[in-house]
Amino acid sequence: MTDLSQTGAIAGAVVPPGPPRPGLRARRRRTLLLLRIVVLAVLGAFFLFPLLALLEFSTRGVGEDSPRTLDAWGRIVTDSTLIPAIVSSLQLAVITSVVAMVLMVPTMIWVRLRLPRVSRVVEFLCLLPLTIPAVVLVVGLVPIYAWVRYLTRTDSILTLSYAYVVLVLPFVYRSLDNGLSAIDVRTLAEAARSLGADWFTVITRVVIPNMAQAVLNAALLCVALVMGEFTIASLYNYVNLQVAIAQAGLADANMSMAVSLASLMFAFVLLLGLSFVGRWRRRHGKAAA
Amino acid sequence: MLPFFAYVGIFLIIPTLVVVIAAFLDGANRPTLANVSELAEPYIAKTFWNSIWVSAVSAVIGAVLGALLAYVVATGDPDGLVRTTVSSASGVLAQFGGVTLAFAFIASVGPAGLLTTWILGAEAAPTWLLSLKGLVLVYTYFQIPLMVLVFLPALDGIRPQWREATETLGGTAWDYWRHVAVPILTAPFLGALLLLFANAFSAYATAAALITQGAPIAPLQIRTAFSSEVLLGRENIGKALALGMVIVVAIVMTLNSMLQKRSSRWLR
Amino acid sequence: MTTTRRALLSSIAVGAALLISACSPPSNESSTSNSSAAAGGGAGSSDPKTATSAKDLGGMDALVAAAKKEGQLNVIALPPDWANYGEIIKAFGAKYGIKVNSAQPDGTSQDEVNAVKSLKGTDRAPDVLDIGMAVALANTALFAPYQSEKWADITDAQKESTGLWVQDYGGYMSVGYDSAKVPAPTSVADLLKPAYKGRVALNGDPTQANAALHGVLMASVASGGSLDDISKGVDFFKQLKAAGNFNPVQASSATVKNGTTPVVFDWDYLQLGHVKDVPSWKVLLPANAVIGGYYAQAINKDAPHPAAARLWQEFLYSDEGQTLWLKGGARPVRMEAMTKAGTIDKAASAMLPAVSGTPQFPTQAQLAKAKGMLATDWAKAIG
Repeated sequence: MTDLSQTGAIAGAVVPPGPPRPGLRARRRRTLLLLRIVVLAVLGAFFLFPLLALLEFSTRGVGEDSPRTLDAWGRIVTDSTLIPAIVSSLQLAVITSVVAMVLMVPTMIWVRLRLPRVSRVVEFLCLLPLTIPAVVLVVGLVPIYAWVRYLTRTDSILTLSYAYVVLVLPFVYRSLDNGLSAIDVRTLAEAARSLGADWFTVITRVVIPNMAQAVLNAALLCVALVMGEFTIASLYNYVNLQVAIAQAGLADANMSMAVSLASLMFAFVLLLGLSFVGRWRRRHGKAAA
Repeated sequence: MLPFFAYVGIFLIIPTLVVVIAAFLDGANRPTLANVSELAEPYIAKTFWNSIWVSAVSAVIGAVLGALLAYVVATGDPDGLVRTTVSSASGVLAQFGGVTLAFAFIASVGPAGLLTTWILGAEAAPTWLLSLKGLVLVYTYFQIPLMVLVFLPALDGIRPQWREATETLGGTAWDYWRHVAVPILTAPFLGALLLLFANAFSAYATAAALITQGAPIAPLQIRTAFSSEVLLGRENIGKALALGMVIVVAIVMTLNSMLQKRSSRWLR
Repeated sequence: MTTTRRALLSSIAVGAALLISACSPPSNESSTSNSSAAAGGGAGSSDPKTATSAKDLGGMDALVAAAKKEGQLNVIALPPDWANYGEIIKAFGAKYGIKVNSAQPDGTSQDEVNAVKSLKGTDRAPDVLDIGMAVALANTALFAPYQSEKWADITDAQKESTGLWVQDYGGYMSVGYDSAKVPAPTSVADLLKPAYKGRVALNGDPTQANAALHGVLMASVASGGSLDDISKGVDFFKQLKAAGNFNPVQASSATVKNGTTPVVFDWDYLQLGHVKDVPSWKVLLPANAVIGGYYAQAINKDAPHPAAARLWQEFLYSDEGQTLWLKGGARPVRMEAMTKAGTIDKAASAMLPAVSGTPQFPTQAQLAKAKGMLATDWAKAIG
């Protein structure tokens, strides 16, 4: 990881120092603006079009030339299996994110600061869940879950969170790792320690606020993964949101697409809300400081 | 450290070991190499190759386009609408997959899709989407948001002062990128690329809906081994296939770390 | 941590792993037997878990009471538009006030057996199974024998002698098509014409799913092969692929409705489900290539709700259950007996697609031979 002292050494090999060329900044801003418009437009179209196709399909009537109808969307409200499934999924999402964060954030900071040799092992372990398809993981987890049921005497869907934490590990690891490499953890930690802080304070009050965006992104990924997870819940005969959607959609093609779109929009609004809360708190925090 | 290893040990290592050990057992729980030697069959080797190809291509495309999108977002207003919308949308779409995603593409560019009938008319029914190339396109739909989510924190770490410093010293944009930004971003970029590769490698619900014939990629072969009601008793072959997948990703990981070491040395 | 300590710890970990995976927690056994004893206790004289007929429990009323006490039934892999299972589940729930939990509706027969194994000891394990014959024959160790009241109506060839599995309904392999989008085919060979470019789909992969396997068998017989020789069927699909007519996507009600798969090879009773989405959907049973297959019912030996499971079987084989299957376009196993007794629903049986030629039912030996050929050649032909 380069630090500022290197920039001088590198630039010394280039053109001798002088004032910045006139109009450079304005030109750069224009190119940047053009780039932004092109990228956002092209990628925006790419992402929106399939969703629009889903919307178009969900509003089709029966038969070749029948008129568009919102019947399928209306049927979502009357289906009674969806609400408990949404609640279960939300609960799972919260539990999984919290456990994953509590488990991973201190671990990764500790590894980076004190045990750099272990980082390869941690990286491999955190990538392992991605390499094992869910079908296989289910088979492997059967004896584990038998013990979990024995020890906790409960068969609730929330036990799925144990497996989900393992599933989110790759994404959480990568997000936190990228966040950690963007800040100079060593200096921060040493500075805090020399001022007398213990490790707990260093982690919670010094490092984490500096990687807040990475932690938030990791949490977002957890929530998104849990809301979108289907295979493991289905193979254990639990009913979470995606399982409920699939079941609802079997007999009724229009409604299943409508429900999927609705769940996407619901997740999107939820995440948007969370980011706005973050923004509001930052603004008010700044005003108070 | 202990809580991490304990948790991972119970819920990840042990299931993995259960599967790996079972890969070497036959139906009556006696040790055998038959399952693993099945991996050498030409049609299985071909499915692994297909999987690697699809994952690699979709990972590279996703990484490049995702990095571009993340750059556009990072250089904008940190509290602006673009950033919040793209972040939230990425969070949602990164895990969007399975039957619905497959159908969304079928409905847009499939044989009877909206775009297809609009451009080519209702008579032609091209099936290019329902092939490995089409699968790559569908995979990029969730690879790009995933890249944005994972790479954005790294881009945020780039201070604007570094750019200004380069300019003050007379460097051009090219110098900035080559000597400052790229060395800093290489490690996170390669790490994210690896994640995208592994993500595509093990994805199967989407592929199952798009290409249900012939199980051309490894996860579909595993599904066939476990759920086929026609060819019975191939469970342990499925576990051997899973072992094969783990080995492939371990190899890619090693290559990745070698690449990271070399690139950081070369750029120093 | 030093290397030796790490090595020691990892070997301990591996040992622990093997130990844990080898044995299962002890008290689970007692908890399940407690619950089933409580369920069977009140009403009849013996435990519903071991009852082999309604008489064992003291008659139908005792069985109904025991089932109602359990209050729930776990079924698996029963899509609502598969032979009218949606109606059957609703009717059973309404008649006895028992909540039916339907899991993994698009699972295969093997998935059902996998669930029985992996969910053993939980409340979510499947109580009853509706599976293909191959899977039934391979897993009889997991089933409990039961003979419903109408046991005598079923021929010996269609049931296991003690009632471990009993065939329930069947149908013939057919070609369904959207008459508004494609011209009506009169034979399987018609599908090779350019009018069907990119439009012909098989319901599933024949190395995966029973229905698709019978589809390829039907294509084989229709192309001059026989039940002993599936190679003509594989050749037919190879030609279909070469002509660009073959569509490898998973056919579902969504793809049918959206027009991606206007021609589907599937069981005739499943084609019925598409008619409500696409009113112009029609079914063709190829002449002289009528291939049939039956599915079988079984009860999980370790069912969490044993009385409800047995009541479900009674319901399915009663006139009411069999008629509901008939209404779904399937041929219920007691159809002959009911026709003789005059209890058959004539309107529903008239709706079944016309059969021209003698139906052929592949034996397990013929199916095994076909599977062997497919395992090596299908991916090559289609890929």
